[in-house]
Amino acid sequence: DSDPVGFDSLDLNERRGRSTDAELDRRDGTRTSEALTPAAAARDEFQEELVIRPLHSGDIYASFQFRTLWDTDFLQEGQKVSHYRLFPKSLGQVLSKFSVRELHISFTQGFWRTMQWGQPFIPSPPGAELWVWFHDTVSDVDGNWKELTNVLSGIFCASLNFIDLTNTVQPSASFKPLGLGNATDHRFLRYATLPREIVCTENLTPWKKLLPCGSKAGLAVLLKSEKLFHSSFHSQAVHIRPVCQDEQCTSKAWELRQTLNVVFDLYTAGQGKKEWSLFKMFSRTLTEACPLATSSKVYVDITDNPELFELSPATPLLSQAVVLGDRRTYSVYDLSRAETFGQLRSLNLLLRWKGDGEMLRPLLHAERYVAGFGLQTGEIHTVIYNNHPYRAFPVLLMDSVPWYLQLYIHTLTVTSKSRDNKPSYIHYQPAKDRHRPHLLEMLIQLPPHSMTEVTVQFERALLKWTEYTPDPNHGFYVGSSVVSALVPSMVAMNTNFTQDQPLFSSFVPVKEESSYFVRVYTEPLLVNLPTPDFSMPYNVICLTCTVVAVGYGSFYNLLTRTFQVDEPSLPLAKRLANLIRRIRGVPLLT
Amino acid sequence: MDGTLFRSVNKFFIIAFCLDIKSYKSFMHRPDSFFLATKMAAPLTLLLIVAVTIRAVLFRSSLAELISARVEVVSPLNAWKRVVEGLALLDLGVSPYSGDVFHETPLMIYLFHFTVDYAEIVFIVTDGITALALYLSIQTYNKDVFRKQKYALESDRYSADCLELLRSPKEMFYIPLKVAMFYLLNPFTILSCVAKSTCGLNNAIIALFIFCTLKGSALLSGILLALATYQSIYPLTLFAPALLFFLQRLYIPVNLRRSSFWFFTLQYAFMYVGSLVVITGLSFFLLGSWDFIPSVYGFIFSVPDLTPNIGLFWYFFAEMFEHFRLFFSCVFQINVFFYTIPLSIKLKEHPVFLIFMQIAIISIFKSYPTVGDVALYMAFLPAWSHLYRFLRNIFLVSCVLLACSALFPVLWHLWIYAGSANSNFYYAITLLFNFGQILLVADYFYAYLRREHHLTHGLYLKKKDGTEATLVLK
Repeated sequence: DSDPVGFDSLDLNERRGRSTDAELDRRDGTRTSEALTPAAAARDEFQEELVIRPLHSGDIYASFQFRTLWDTDFLQEGQKVSHYRLFPKSLGQVLSKFSVRELHISFTQGFWRTMQWGQPFIPSPPGAELWVWFHDTVSDVDGNWKELTNVLSGIFCASLNFIDLTNTVQPSASFKPLGLGNATDHRFLRYATLPREIVCTENLTPWKKLLPCGSKAGLAVLLKSEKLFHSSFHSQAVHIRPVCQDEQCTSKAWELRQTLNVVFDLYTAGQGKKEWSLFKMFSRTLTEACPLATSSKVYVDITDNPELFELSPATPLLSQAVVLGDRRTYSVYDLSRAETFGQLRSLNLLLRWKGDGEMLRPLLHAERYVAGFGLQTGEIHTVIYNNHPYRAFPVLLMDSVPWYLQLYIHTLTVTSKSRDNKPSYIHYQPAKDRHRPHLLEMLIQLPPHSMTEVTVQFERALLKWTEYTPDPNHGFYVGSSVVSALVPSMVAMNTNFTQDQPLFSSFVPVKEESSYFVRVYTEPLLVNLPTPDFSMPYNVICLTCTVVAVGYGSFYNLLTRTFQVDEPSLPLAKRLANLIRRIRGVPLLT
Repeated sequence: MDGTLFRSVNKFFIIAFCLDIKSYKSFMHRPDSFFLATKMAAPLTLLLIVAVTIRAVLFRSSLAELISARVEVVSPLNAWKRVVEGLALLDLGVSPYSGDVFHETPLMIYLFHFTVDYAEIVFIVTDGITALALYLSIQTYNKDVFRKQKYALESDRYSADCLELLRSPKEMFYIPLKVAMFYLLNPFTILSCVAKSTCGLNNAIIALFIFCTLKGSALLSGILLALATYQSIYPLTLFAPALLFFLQRLYIPVNLRRSSFWFFTLQYAFMYVGSLVVITGLSFFLLGSWDFIPSVYGFIFSVPDLTPNIGLFWYFFAEMFEHFRLFFSCVFQINVFFYTIPLSIKLKEHPVFLIFMQIAIISIFKSYPTVGDVALYMAFLPAWSHLYRFLRNIFLVSCVLLACSALFPVLWHLWIYAGSANSNFYYAITLLFNFGQILLVADYFYAYLRREHHLTHGLYLKKKDGTEATLVLK
């Protein structure tokens, strides 16, 4: 009896084949504008969305996005904005005070396993990542950056205050502004990661407070920390950028995107049963949309339906989108409609697996490890895979390595298919001890269906005893490498994709779909450094000074004294007698 | 013993000795020194061939890579890997001084920019030049010593019973060769050369400086001293002995009230400072920036890189309390310069020994010492072989130095690779090694002073009551 549902949705799919995103969006758009006409003075908007993607490993991936638009003319300098409606005031003040053009911050616990799970919607490296574009009117970028990290550290209850010049870099090509404005001068960009940052409830609570509805209503009721942190992967992020308010871009607005991605493990969270429901994942069900939201939707990726799993309750709404170069179909649950919740007045999606399927291998994939033994030298290996069967494409590899690993750039080798693959662009900024990390950016052409290995040797420094972390023998973290690329899309790759599309549309691949931007983060590295004996400072100072003093003493002796014949002194009795004899004026004894 | 008899016997000896001197003199100046050259050329050539063969074989073996990674042999200042890195950075269009890997001087970049493919030959040749310069310097010095000894004997300045302290041409004949051999076949030099440590080049400059000084060329001496200072700053303490040597050579008394003294001092200082300014200016024009000043000299003085080496600095500053760091780096750096003035006063009659003392002090107290530095002053030891009878603890010192040299790699392995020891083990050995070096230098200093004392006061000193006396420092 589950089959009819599947066929039903397939039929729907066929029937609504052309009712694509655009149509859905247009309908939403009209509704939004209707809803907002009374409060047209400030056209702030709030949208919320949850995408659920069943993964082939049996795990489940849930991705929340909350988008707040703040209609304010941010380009005017010195304008005091004091009225906040949906946009969080704490962030708004930060933006204006520090002249921020774009801000991206993410906190991640766990590592995204690309080969098992495919590409995430919004990639993020383990730990904390922060990158900010400042306005080009800022004169003291480093000063602003330092203050900003400290303020953000307070806002998000995170150790962002540990970001300083020693782990901040200015990538020349890897991080371009995502919003409006064509800033290319990377002097106004700052990028830093804290790979060691541990993300937990104390970071989630302030993040939830930024939402207009908090965690009281809407999708945010699902965000219960006891479940979210009992997962294989947890990532929460805040992205702020300037966007156009309308198609003609006559007015601009701030966009705040809060995203939260979580992967629940089949065995630890799912008790090994390939059966997921909202309640099982979040221990809550959905009962209402956030009243302030103009749109509130749940999407379930049903591209592999009905072969793989069944979904209940079924929904008539479908949406198609090209996501990360792949054409996906989604079931849509619109929370602003009462019928979504059914008679129980609550929505508890249920997904039940029926079999195993093959996952399309991600076209781009990267990993990294440290080779070598001992605490003197080592070698960082970064391996980048291009799984595309016939297309070569370039990738930008960015590495930021702390100063205490001294990189030797002349040992840099890039090999693809056991042949030397010279990068066409290298931007290298060597580290300054205790001031600046190494920054290495390379543009590498990946041959089709190949594995490219980038190796570089380093030397481990001995630090001052106060520079070690409290657990020095645990090792030091080196942030993830960032691989940014325009990957040829799978839609374009499949030249035989004629089932859904009319023939006339599929001969020349559409430009927009021919490639897509993707960013892949590798594993962070854990590197051991040689350590001094931390209990020894007094002993070392004493012992070394003793040796120096031995040198000083012996030279001093030889320099100031002269050689003399050693005349034995008289016995005490004779000396006393001489004393008396001297007083008496009698010749002395010898 | 009857006094007159003693005196006549003594006179006889002195006459015999002078004859010996004459034979030596005639020997030295016959058709002239050509004979000597041919006679000494064979062993010297043999020595050079052996030295080059050893180095060439090691360069071709798998040991070369192992040696070039040893922290005892290369320091952040002179590692070949860092020279290559600097050249690679230059190729990438990045200033080599923008990072903290490269600390060579700009002239060094330009030298290796052209010779990087023949680096092995450059280093072998450099070692050969150093040895040759030392050989010729010591030969000149020995002639000088001999001349002075003769004058002293003729003017009866030496005590009568110190005949056995006098130096004979026979024992001095092979000293230059021994010096060259001590430099070329010293395992420390060989390791340093095979690791392509640029310390070998600095040694060559210092050796050439000594050679030019002893040959009496003030201009060349000033230029080479400036070059040595430019390379590693510390050799600036060699200014004092060089000046003293020239003053002595020109019979200008060291008297602050004499204008001739000031005239020559200023002249020499001008040559030195002038060439230093020219060299530094040249470096500026080669790179177009002054970045190398903080990156080379700032690096030497502030000791930011705590990579273990054979010196005293690394562990001390790794364990130092932050607010005492500046104070102690001043205290430790001052050690190199501190002894210059008192030593110059004490040894103003013996500038060559003063050069030896200064080089030894530099190699002990410099911030990034390597075994190559140790090898340079050890090469001089055969020149002081006549001090052997006054050395007090040469056995102990040699045992300490040998044991330490063997223990360095062992304890390094235990700490860094096996993980069964910690940094204290390696630190203890560096401490002992430096202790041994200090003892060695102090011992030679003591022996030198004592011999001078005996030369004027007689070898067999007597107490007032006629019994044999012991000499003490008071």
